[in-house]
Amino acid sequence: MRSVRRVWPPAEVRVIDCPMPIGAYDQIVLGHGSGGRLSADLVAKLFVPGFGLSNAPLEDSAIVDATGRIAITTDSFVVTPRFFPGGDLGRLAIAGTVNDLAVGGAEPRWISAAFILEEGLPIAELHRIVASMREACAASEVRLVTGDTKVVERGKGDGVFITTTGVGTVAAGRSLSITNPRVGDVLLASGPLGDHGVTILAQREATALETDLVSDVAPVIGLVRALLAAVPGVRWMRDPTRGGLASVACELAAGARVGVRLVEKALPFRDQVRAACELWGLEPMHMASEGRVIVAVAPEDADRALVALRGHALGQGAAIIGECVSAHAGSVVLASRAGGDRVVAMLSGEPLPRIC
Amino acid sequence: MKYVDEYREGETVARLVDAIRAVATRPWVVMEVCGGQTHSIVRYGIDELLPAGIELVHGPGCPVCVTPLETIDRAHAIAQKPGVIFCSFGDMLRVPGSHGDLLALRARGADVRVVSSPLDALTIAKANPAREVVLFAIGFETTAPANAMAISQAARLGLTNFSALVSHVLVPPAMSFLLSATERRVQAFLGPGHVCAIMGTSEYAPIVDTFNAPVVVTGFEPVDLLEGLLLAVRQLEAGRAELEIQYGRAVKPEGNVHARAIIDDVFERCDRPWRGIGVIPDSGWRLSPRYRQFSAEDRFSVGEIVAVEPVECISGRILQGLAKPSDCSQFGTRCTPQTPLGATMVSSEGACAAYVAYGRLRRSA
Repeated sequence: MRSVRRVWPPAEVRVIDCPMPIGAYDQIVLGHGSGGRLSADLVAKLFVPGFGLSNAPLEDSAIVDATGRIAITTDSFVVTPRFFPGGDLGRLAIAGTVNDLAVGGAEPRWISAAFILEEGLPIAELHRIVASMREACAASEVRLVTGDTKVVERGKGDGVFITTTGVGTVAAGRSLSITNPRVGDVLLASGPLGDHGVTILAQREATALETDLVSDVAPVIGLVRALLAAVPGVRWMRDPTRGGLASVACELAAGARVGVRLVEKALPFRDQVRAACELWGLEPMHMASEGRVIVAVAPEDADRALVALRGHALGQGAAIIGECVSAHAGSVVLASRAGGDRVVAMLSGEPLPRIC
Repeated sequence: MKYVDEYREGETVARLVDAIRAVATRPWVVMEVCGGQTHSIVRYGIDELLPAGIELVHGPGCPVCVTPLETIDRAHAIAQKPGVIFCSFGDMLRVPGSHGDLLALRARGADVRVVSSPLDALTIAKANPAREVVLFAIGFETTAPANAMAISQAARLGLTNFSALVSHVLVPPAMSFLLSATERRVQAFLGPGHVCAIMGTSEYAPIVDTFNAPVVVTGFEPVDLLEGLLLAVRQLEAGRAELEIQYGRAVKPEGNVHARAIIDDVFERCDRPWRGIGVIPDSGWRLSPRYRQFSAEDRFSVGEIVAVEPVECISGRILQGLAKPSDCSQFGTRCTPQTPLGATMVSSEGACAAYVAYGRLRRSA
């Protein structure tokens, strides 16, 4: 199995030039969602070449060959800003769905994409987003097989919303259920956490910060393949997206009915992430990552898992971050840097900067 | 992180805990005044490391918590006026008034924006000359200089579409109030480090003398808090009551003279109601007459506001150090950060919310 070692930014960024304006417009107009000539134009001149699809006649549904167990996942993607250091909405829309399949132990095979476009969206932006999606599909070896586009009036959307649905195949006997982990299991993070969340917040008006941080958004299937090849008995994995490490750890404690003990000093947060959270009064453990995994393995597999993760381009910053314990079953305790313990809770509501 | 991690180091913390244990011969009750200090204590489990008998009680120093319900209702009424852009610090968005919070108003169409600096509100006002931009200017002495700066610049720029809903509160009158109360538990204070970085320490000497209570102006990191506590316990054990500064890296006795000058220009002292406590004389700032044209209260008529607090809520006793969150029958059941009944649950810096966030819910259950 080929392992994918591409990281962002790609060595060579393929810029897909707009060959000709879509009709006479350089912005999305309502007609692009009408189902008529403009819609057909958008598909033929933007989506088909953008995704590198064949020129075969378009059918109403894609028919694919599959045997055995199938994994299906769906996710909608909305991000402000749409383009951010380290990625964009398109890359996020593919990576997010591919990663949900990957951490479930599936090989991502096919993906669909539905676009809701707001009237007035520059078509050049859509080109960039589609190019990123194609790039991320290639890196994940997943095929985009079907899609849809609707257009809403100006003011009724936020530029572009993308929903992707991924289908993957699951090897016989593979189980990464959240009920698998048991007391004594070791927890690892595949790299620095929270880069994506902090990068996005730093781009927004209310929390603007100058930082050299870039989003970690990436498909993790290559990393997961490398890990599973080295440690076939991995108990469980999850990608710490919205809600961050705190949510994933709380889900693990509740799902596996174990106590989760994290060690603050061992948590791989970059200094920029910790410093930004200090300034905002936010908790780094609540910040999202979009190209990381949290892994539980048996104690005897921990070193091998760490070596396997660190051997992959996306896992160089991997670290052991804690363990499953018999005490405080169902909740997460952090051994703080200062020596005291505290319980880690899920984020309630949106992270809002504190007053002082 | 340089200059931060040093103040969170486990070995230093353990050494300070040992030092406190060595000094303390009997129980003492010490109040940390600031919400930020409370947060840090609970976040790092500092109180659980302390020797038995040394009790930290949480003070009224969370500005979001003590902002009166009436003021919050007024803010919400103004935010719903057509054409208004309402600018607030982030954590005020979740604070419920009598009818929901600013997040809910935003969902219903109000233009509510989070600013991290009051000057951002000026930028918004300049960019939207046809709209009325209102800044929710709340907080202790810490947020006052930046709020005052925004208002003074608005005057200099001649902005006519900018106003501020000012509800500032001051720490020293609240400390005096707590010490004058008939039911007094607090024997010493960890004073508010950042407030003193602005205001200096001169206002605290009379409190020390009048009430014979040690005040140690203290920082916000675990090592700061334990150092401050060690100094306070030493004073108590020796029968001394003095003003000391633990947070020397930020606090000068005279404070920040530039910040104080702009505060003096823009604000004047007034009586102020504190949520959960009641009116404390001379404990707030309002716009001085020179800047009254920027008063959002005067500019927007919202009718009479009658705000009624839930009777079950004991946040007043918690803010005065007379009760712990876990003493409340509603804590963690009817009253949660998602459905707060009162002051100390509404902000992440409130004592009740800090207890929930860091798992005291489970332990007290």
